[in-house]
Amino acid sequence: MRETLRHAWIIGRKDLLLEFRSRTAILSAVVFTALVLVIFEFGRDPTAVATLDLAPSILWVTFSFAAMLGLNRAFQSELENQALDGLLLSPVSRVSLYWGKLLANLAFVAVVELVGLLLFTLFFNVPVGRILAPLLGVIALATIGFIAVGTLFSAMVIRTRFAELMLPVLLLPFLIPPLVGAVQVTAKLLAGRPLSEVGGWLRLLLAYDIVFVSLASILFPSTVTE
Amino acid sequence: MTLAQRGRWITAVALLLLAGVYVRALVFTPEEAHQGLAQKIFYVHAPAAWSAMLSMGLVGLASILFLLIKDPRYDRFAAASAEVGTAFSLVMLTTGPIWGKTIWGTWWTWDARLTLTLFLFFLFLGYLLMRGAVTEPGLRARYSAVLGICGLVLLPFIHLSVYLFRTLHPAPIVLKPSAPSLPPEMLVTLLSSFAVFTLLYVGFVTMRYAIGDGGGIDA
Repeated sequence: MRETLRHAWIIGRKDLLLEFRSRTAILSAVVFTALVLVIFEFGRDPTAVATLDLAPSILWVTFSFAAMLGLNRAFQSELENQALDGLLLSPVSRVSLYWGKLLANLAFVAVVELVGLLLFTLFFNVPVGRILAPLLGVIALATIGFIAVGTLFSAMVIRTRFAELMLPVLLLPFLIPPLVGAVQVTAKLLAGRPLSEVGGWLRLLLAYDIVFVSLASILFPSTVTE
Repeated sequence: MTLAQRGRWITAVALLLLAGVYVRALVFTPEEAHQGLAQKIFYVHAPAAWSAMLSMGLVGLASILFLLIKDPRYDRFAAASAEVGTAFSLVMLTTGPIWGKTIWGTWWTWDARLTLTLFLFFLFLGYLLMRGAVTEPGLRARYSAVLGICGLVLLPFIHLSVYLFRTLHPAPIVLKPSAPSLPPEMLVTLLSSFAVFTLLYVGFVTMRYAIGDGGGIDA
């Protein structure tokens, strides 16, 4: 178990290091996030719908799109020079490989989400300061679930035709439970309601995370083993 | 008899029986007091929904078996079942709104069950698109199995999340079909329709499975 985690950490760090050195993907994702937020600002009528009513949807649609971008990138780099074969030949278990990729994806998306949250607060003048801790918790809960599924799928779609299009088509149905839950909880938080009112949603998000992280860990070896 | 022929026979018998069910539903089954003729569509709608769910369940089961045993026949069965399931979902999703417009006054509502079935349809589509996008058969089989299992696990979550969503925020008028205790004539019609649709599923899947085999090879 400790070995598995150590290997996962090494693989995750490798990905993050690659990302940090080039910075192309992360910068593109951040700029993309900013642009989506701006488009939302001009795609609504502020006199008709109060910002606070629309805010949870804006935040989560933006996060979903940004996460999709990050996921498309996850295994793409491994295609060049048959890097994936090298990884598979190395004495690292398939589960470590999956967790490493999951770790790197989570870090990538977390950065994008943090910048997105900052810009969101700025652009839409939504007071998130006093609910920051629970909001970050909900963002983490929802993100882990769909990134777990997304990492699994991104390993498959790289070897299909139309990979960039295939990932959203496969992944969006899996986004529904975390997305619905996250939007509900965010709305309650922004409305100043206590977390105890959304216990059901939090349990659902947690259950989703546990089930899909486990399932993806079990299924991932089947997607890469020849 | 080849598998394809067997499939055609089963389908032919099922279609004949289906005609019988229609006649029984329209002529020999009493009209429902409140919904009138519109209720007759249930004899198609509910069994189609059942067959669609059955398809997804068996896709998931075949996917698990494939990953465990690596027998390509399970993959071929899953492919056949998914295609047939897509057709049944489409029947369910077209008959539903026809009834809904008459009784609820709206073609569509984001009720838990409706949303669930819509996503069932999307999952089938995604599954089939994925199959079409992978050219190497071994890879396609493994990817499809992974997707099939994930899809099966996802459905209860979608149901739960949409159910929670709607119960926390009840719409002004949520018309939900209650489960009335059916008079025996209706029950018999409905149950025979369920049986016929299951037989249709078996017939279709057998035919599709046989095509996957390359046509008339003896099973």
